[in-house]
Amino acid sequence: MILTATKISKSFGEAPNQTYALREVSFAVDFGEMLYIVGPSGSGKTTLLSIISGILRPDDGDVVVKDVDIWKLGSDALAGFRLQTIGFVFQDYHLFPRLATLENVAIPLILRREPWDKSLAKARKTLQVVGLAEKESLPPYKLSGGEQQRVAIARAIVAQPDLLIFDEPTASLDGDTGRKIVAFVKKHILNAQRAIIIVTHDSRIYEYATRIIHMEDGRIVPGTGVDHEK
Amino acid sequence: MNGLLRIALKLLLNDKGKFATLVIGTTFSVFLMMQMTSMFSGILYQSASNIVNVGARMWVMDPAVQTPQNSIPMPNYVLDAVRSIPGVKFAVPFYVGAGLVKLNDGTYQSATIIGLDDASLFGRPTIISGSITDIYQNNAFIMVKDANYAKLGSPKIGTSFEINDHRAVVVALAHTPVPGLFGLPTLYTTYNRATQDLPSTRYLISYILVQPKSTQDIAAIEQQVKQLGYLALTDQQFITRNDRFYEFQTGMGTNILIMTLISFLVGLSIAGETFYMFVLDNLEHFGALKAIGAKSGELVQMIVFQSLVVGFLGFGFGVLLSSTMIAIAKLKIANYAAMVTYENLFLALIMVLIISAFSSYIGIRKVIRIDPFDVFRG
Repeated sequence: MILTATKISKSFGEAPNQTYALREVSFAVDFGEMLYIVGPSGSGKTTLLSIISGILRPDDGDVVVKDVDIWKLGSDALAGFRLQTIGFVFQDYHLFPRLATLENVAIPLILRREPWDKSLAKARKTLQVVGLAEKESLPPYKLSGGEQQRVAIARAIVAQPDLLIFDEPTASLDGDTGRKIVAFVKKHILNAQRAIIIVTHDSRIYEYATRIIHMEDGRIVPGTGVDHEK
Repeated sequence: MNGLLRIALKLLLNDKGKFATLVIGTTFSVFLMMQMTSMFSGILYQSASNIVNVGARMWVMDPAVQTPQNSIPMPNYVLDAVRSIPGVKFAVPFYVGAGLVKLNDGTYQSATIIGLDDASLFGRPTIISGSITDIYQNNAFIMVKDANYAKLGSPKIGTSFEINDHRAVVVALAHTPVPGLFGLPTLYTTYNRATQDLPSTRYLISYILVQPKSTQDIAAIEQQVKQLGYLALTDQQFITRNDRFYEFQTGMGTNILIMTLISFLVGLSIAGETFYMFVLDNLEHFGALKAIGAKSGELVQMIVFQSLVVGFLGFGFGVLLSSTMIAIAKLKIANYAAMVTYENLFLALIMVLIISAFSSYIGIRKVIRIDPFDVFRG
């Protein structure tokens, strides 16, 4: 297993206005999986994603990623762990508009203190993987939505993380582009040494999941999470 | 350069509008601060022109004297008493006063008259035309050729006019290192002639110029002069006394300080607000960096670096601009009182560092507080 989440609970606010976002959620993800977490707005998907990726501290429960209980790490160690182990693709991409596409992709390597030229060389190779080598010098705002998404994917995979987290990857794309992107991810990015977790409510891309967890009211809907491909 | 700092630099430089606003704002602020403080330094420097030009190691004066222009005459016995102090190599009388010059066309012009010790001519200016010994001729005066030279009709050697109804003849032209502050032409003559020709009080000696035998003797001389009821100061102490007078007893220092503070606040507000907007524009991206794995300390480093780059560029351009302006003004206006000193530069640098610190502080506060979870929440 690359990730095991056990009895994760999270609430926001103080009583009597306290809201329970997650209630004792448990699941596991194995290498080679492309797991979808789906559900309506307010079901706790994003909260769960933030907790398993080491961004939001749970009230209760454990998250073990590659045998490390991540919420037992200090904040700097946790940031370092995220940098080494997890790649993120955000819903709004969050690419720096004032940097070239190539530099945006190289950011995780630069954060890892890799030399500038070496980082750019690796970023260039990764841009080739996502088919954007010829656009490396353009700023992201000159790219289409689909291209920006691919730049964000390149940034997420450039440091070869074991776990990739996608937050609503098709939310800003038209249906066709969204499907193409996810198909591309499954074909070229997913491999036996890596797992991908995607939070989405876009049913048009469900066909690419190896497994889907449905969430509702902060809980995993019983009976979901069965391996699609078995 | 560290890759993160390189990213920070690119983020800053590629946002051309904000970058230009930041640098121009800081430059303008530094320019104003430098102009204000340089003008004040120039005024102080020129107000102490007599002290610098004469070059005496020590000056003896009445304790009420604050500036070299406003002397209080001392009786002759003080000169004898000072000469008898152990440690005094020599001591000479020095006269400084104002004379009224009547020009050949009938117009009047005030002038500073300096009377040098007849025997030694100690404190004499550098002669550029004529001979210093001609000062011993009848009615002889040496004219200083500075920015105020033309006010006496640009006299040549041999030109005559009246000073306080006495005939005066220009026998030589001279140069002094520092022009006076008050825009008056300067004439040198002997001490005896000056005290004879110019209206005077009962006592005649404006200052006694003292050369100590060694630096170690200065304290003892000061003490001995104090016992006589007078004040002995080294040239540097006298310059400082003059500076303090203009700084604290004329209102000039307060006005300059207020103007400098206003300039500082202008820079602070422009740079602070623009930098805040710059950080706000990039805030969500900083949040994304945090989510990816950047530590808060690394983001702080980036912001501090950006604000320092702006600060140092603004400082450099501001100093360059103000120095150029002062140089041009000095070419056009010969007695323009402004000078860039290390103290002014240091003060401007400190102010710029405060501007940078303030700007980065408000940016850092925002970046430290951003929760990467907000990046997921949108």
